[in-house]
Amino acid sequence: MCLAVPGAITRIIDASTAEVDMLGATRNISLRLVPEARVGDFVLVHAGFGIQIIDPEEARETIELIREMDELVAEELPAPDGATA
Amino acid sequence: MSASPNRMPRTADFAAFRDPDLARELIARINALVADRVIYLMEVCGTHTVSIGRYGFRSVMPEGLHLLSGPGCPVCVTANRDIDRAIALARLDGVIIATFGDMMRVPGSSTSLIAEKAAGRDIRVVYSPLDALDIAAQNPAREVVFISVGFETTTPAMAACVLEAAERGLSNFSLFCANKATPAALRAIEDDPQTRIDGFLLPGHVSTITGAAPYRFLVDEFSTPGVITGFEPVDILAGIEMLARMVISGAPDIKNAYPRGAHREGNTVAQRLCAEVFEPCDALWRGLGELPASGLRLREAYAAFDASRRFDIEVEPTVEPRGCRCGDVLRGRIAPGECPLFDRGCTPEHPIGPCMVSSEGSCAASFRFKDR
Repeated sequence: MCLAVPGAITRIIDASTAEVDMLGATRNISLRLVPEARVGDFVLVHAGFGIQIIDPEEARETIELIREMDELVAEELPAPDGATA
Repeated sequence: MSASPNRMPRTADFAAFRDPDLARELIARINALVADRVIYLMEVCGTHTVSIGRYGFRSVMPEGLHLLSGPGCPVCVTANRDIDRAIALARLDGVIIATFGDMMRVPGSSTSLIAEKAAGRDIRVVYSPLDALDIAAQNPAREVVFISVGFETTTPAMAACVLEAAERGLSNFSLFCANKATPAALRAIEDDPQTRIDGFLLPGHVSTITGAAPYRFLVDEFSTPGVITGFEPVDILAGIEMLARMVISGAPDIKNAYPRGAHREGNTVAQRLCAEVFEPCDALWRGLGELPASGLRLREAYAAFDASRRFDIEVEPTVEPRGCRCGDVLRGRIAPGECPLFDRGCTPEHPIGPCMVSSEGSCAASFRFKDR
């Protein structure tokens, strides 16, 4: 139920409504919860409302962090039970 | 207003969260990290429940790493009493009920909304609560009641909808509000001596609205770590790895593995709208009982839009389904397959309890993905 699908804003219709492209489907959403959203922004859409602008830069940083996480903290952890360190 | 090419986001920005090589690497890392330790993790989001089942993650986890599903499906945690109230509202003359599709098949004490619809009541499934406002505008002589369930993700949409109804002067629109706040459920799970949870995969889109602050008590009071987690395969595996690391190192914290969709402070515009329209109230949860300040009711200023205050309804005595153990499933006390009715009388075609009805229910996901 808390499913939210990303959509790209293609047109601002009025102060609280925008047209979005969601994987090829076009529909209108309310911008009431994301009043700062602009054309070109990617927004998470839930129950007809944009609920957050997605930051592609954050996405790239998360992937980098995940790739590096292994090396970053491996030494800080205690060895598994029965394993030799 | 026009889009400059470099502002147009590309789907490729998010494709890495579905990268099978990175997913395989994470699975290997989790297995090496956990080794023969025993760790219990719980997700409390129906969308996580479905993702974990769909990608078959339970079958590739280390033997001692248990992934439990908690009270993450708003339809499933809705008490029978509230289903019965919704049905009583549907039986009032002149009323049009609008609700989300998931609510239709949930059995109340003696019937369901879909059975009432078949019996001639005017009950309509909508995608957005804003659709219910349009129905109200098109039917000025009728009363339109929106049956609202949902967690923090959905509540701001309801708040915005009430404000819009007020602005549009739609005096024939009202809300039956069974919305709930998730931290109360996490506390109830932590307080349950029969359930051991070492860490929580925290719901990404609830956190989009609330931010991380409401989960802080998990660390401060229970020393239990949590990771705000997204919904793609790499998101979920990264959340599991980060949790396992904190469990093993004994350094609990609330971390955010979904910063692209959930900011630390949440959506403050949405938080303000919710606070304007709703106030906390005690609420009854299936399986968890009455939890203080875990529900929402409309503030006095918006009482005109409150279906509970507006209509006098006669509600049938509550009858719980015999043998159904949805309550224990929602608490993580038993796996869906341990319920005596699972696949023996209770199936998605003929559900007895709500966890088998909702597509995001633990039992339905377990049944569908043969993930028992």
